[in-house]
Amino acid sequence: MRVPVLRLGHILLTSVQSDLTDEQAMTLQGDILELLRDGKADGIVIDITSVDVVDSYMARVLNETARMARIMGGEVVLTGMQPLVALTLVEMGREIIGVETALDLESGVERLKSSLARRDRDRNDTRANPGDRYGE
Amino acid sequence: MANETDITVEVHSQEDIITARQSGRELARQSGFGTVDQTRLATVISELVRNALVYAGGGTCRIYSDISDSQRTLHLVVSDEGPGIVDVPRALEPGFSSGGGLGLGLPAVRRLMDDMTIDTHPTGTVIHARMTRKR
Ligand SMILES: Nc1ncnc2c1ncn2[C@@H]1O[C@H](COP(=O)(O)OP(=O)(O)OP(=O)(O)O)[C@@H](O)[C@H]1O
Ligand SMILES: [Mg+2]
Repeated sequence: MRVPVLRLGHILLTSVQSDLTDEQAMTLQGDILELLRDGKADGIVIDITSVDVVDSYMARVLNETARMARIMGGEVVLTGMQPLVALTLVEMGREIIGVETALDLESGVERLKSSLARRDRDRNDTRANPGDRYGE
Repeated sequence: MANETDITVEVHSQEDIITARQSGRELARQSGFGTVDQTRLATVISELVRNALVYAGGGTCRIYSDISDSQRTLHLVVSDEGPGIVDVPRALEPGFSSGGGLGLGLPAVRRLMDDMTIDTHPTGTVIHARMTRKR
């Protein structure tokens, strides 16, 4: 099983539908980074509504994906985290998840659009190269 | 399915991590533990079983409950025949990892369960973690 990644304009959407094995999580990370690298998208919303365990391994994969995406100029937003999962992560100590989060897919897409628009504005400030691909 | 209150899962592959935590969650539910505790237990199983797989090439995960009139206890015993944990105090420090991880697995177990005992030797490791609730 491979987690499907959908493209919506400059944004990628993926919904993790079940508990992933470590290998499936790494494959998803690779797929996402490849699409970002190839310039096929600028950001991704990862929905984890159906995921009922996020352990330190999964946390690391998510953090790494976000960090690498940022290095490539992209953004990652995590959505739909179950309250029980969030509670457990808090109990596990420190801020274990270093990824931007939003309540649901819809607000995640909005969040991503506005951070990408902000990013472009910042670039335009230095380059004077107008364009509002993400329209806010 | 009958009320199974003592489960053993042999761990040889990544899929077994998922099987073990799902079995644990189900056993916790059948033993009367709430959804918060079920999630804590599933997460802890994931941490310990993955450690057994990564650092010892596999192991065994046993989950059982012990219910009396006044309280219920959930036991998790994960054992392996790997090289043992070289420096236990250090392994329990958040952020220490010999394998490029976040080093949060064992500290998380300690926080999410009521107590944990680690019995480790160069011939293997047995970790026993417990969660007790008043009835
Ligand atoms: N079953 C085991 N056998 C041998 N060494 C172990 C075992 N479990 C843990 N260790 C050692 O203890 C260290 C800390 O374990 P812990 O689970 O806290 O972190 P990690 O596995 O390195 O990273 P993370 O769990 O955050 O992905 C490990 O890096 C490893 O050196
Ligand atoms: Mg670990």
